[in-house]
Amino acid sequence: MQLFPCPFCGPRDETEFHYGGDAGNVRPDGADVPIDRWAGYLYLRGNPKGTAREIWVHMNCGEFFVMERDTITHKVLSSAALGGEHTA
Amino acid sequence: MTRRYSALSLFKEGLAGQTGWKQAWRSPEPKPAYDAIVIGGGGHGLATAYYLAKNHGITRVAVLEKGWIGGGNTGRNTTVVRSNYYYPESVALYGLAHRLYEGLSKDLNYNVMLSQRGMVNLCHSTAEMEIGARTVNAMQINGIDAELFSPEDVRRVAPIYNFSPDARFPVFGGIWQGRAGTARHDAVAWGYARAASRLGVDIIQNCEITDFIIEGGRCRGVQTSRGAIRADRIGMAVAGHSSVLAAKAGFRLPINSYALQACVSEPVKPILDTVVLSPGCGVYVSQSDKGEIVIGGGLDRIPSYAQRGNLPTLETVIAGLLEMFPIFGQLKLMRQWAGIVDVVPDSSPIIGPSPLPNLFLNCGWGTGGFKAIPAGGTLLANLLATGKHNDISRPFDLDRFASGRLIDEAAGSGIAH
Repeated sequence: MQLFPCPFCGPRDETEFHYGGDAGNVRPDGADVPIDRWAGYLYLRGNPKGTAREIWVHMNCGEFFVMERDTITHKVLSSAALGGEHTA
Repeated sequence: MTRRYSALSLFKEGLAGQTGWKQAWRSPEPKPAYDAIVIGGGGHGLATAYYLAKNHGITRVAVLEKGWIGGGNTGRNTTVVRSNYYYPESVALYGLAHRLYEGLSKDLNYNVMLSQRGMVNLCHSTAEMEIGARTVNAMQINGIDAELFSPEDVRRVAPIYNFSPDARFPVFGGIWQGRAGTARHDAVAWGYARAASRLGVDIIQNCEITDFIIEGGRCRGVQTSRGAIRADRIGMAVAGHSSVLAAKAGFRLPINSYALQACVSEPVKPILDTVVLSPGCGVYVSQSDKGEIVIGGGLDRIPSYAQRGNLPTLETVIAGLLEMFPIFGQLKLMRQWAGIVDVVPDSSPIIGPSPLPNLFLNCGWGTGGFKAIPAGGTLLANLLATGKHNDISRPFDLDRFASGRLIDEAAGSGIAH
């Protein structure tokens, strides 16, 4: 069992967390967003092999946060609350 | 020199001390240029090369594989072949694959050991039976064999299931596909490799793509660990690593890569002669010809390129297995592994041109690529040969994510992924 660091609760079992997509995937704003931009926001993913910046939610406390993680070794590099100074 | 496999050649080789067998496929040095390059030496890539040669007469073809052929998901799946899908587009696709599988051993002159032992998707409640009836009706309307099983029918094909009154997931019936079954996964890769090689295809292993050669906005070849190789038609069939290659080509895909794990027990005497899937337990089970119980379940919930599974998912799968078949409680697990699968939001594959001209995609099969190998190969070969879709591949184009015409087969994968 791997432990993930929740910025609010500290290290917890991986099963308590849920993946929420790429960090920095900002919802397009406005009335005339082109179709490709919407499709990109909704569906296209970086899916990097190696270092990834991802949104996760700790389902027990309900908080969303940004976790930086290696997708090959599963090593966690950092974890920070959303809206904090370390997140985009 | 024995080239063709048959009972007679086996007998002759027995008399000759097995000295006349030739290697099944050639391992040539890569040439500087080909008519077509297929990236990925798994089932889909090898089948693509085979059908390019067989259906379209294009034999100056290279299959480039970074490791060894069939060493990725082709060698890591649970070998189930089925076509019990819901939407007409999916039925056309998986139905084509299923029909080709039925003639594959003859076509390739290689025994892929297709065993049509049938598969039952269990229904655990009245509501699931209603959905089951709807699925069976849809399959029958689309021309795929399907039958709605009663609890007695399930008991007949899987008597060792947990039918006790206090079972957590009681059996209300099931969806039966009699033509479903299993095939020998390595044999599918090796059979396609041998047949393609005999038609002139170069199979080049230990050849990793480092970059694409892009000239005038079009793909003109690839840089590899064994030098530059040029072609004006390039297909990629690399499953969980599709996003990695797409990034080199300058675009993104609607794919997340996850580990999907499976495991086998020690071999035991024949006890289960069909494939059983329980959506409630989140597990599907069959028994291999060697006697191992082959066990699969849901995805690891963490995006990953590590070809190994995590413990919580394995625990869930084994718990589900024991709920289904308490009799397996004393089995010892022999091996456990994982493959990296390319999961798409609508659980349907992506087949078609990529955003980079001359480069074509065959990806997004997610957890169910093995059963589709003959169709994936046929369709990517058709795209490479003609540059155009046919009626079966058209709905699976990448453009469906912009148009919104998704083919949402989330239920077709059987297990909630």
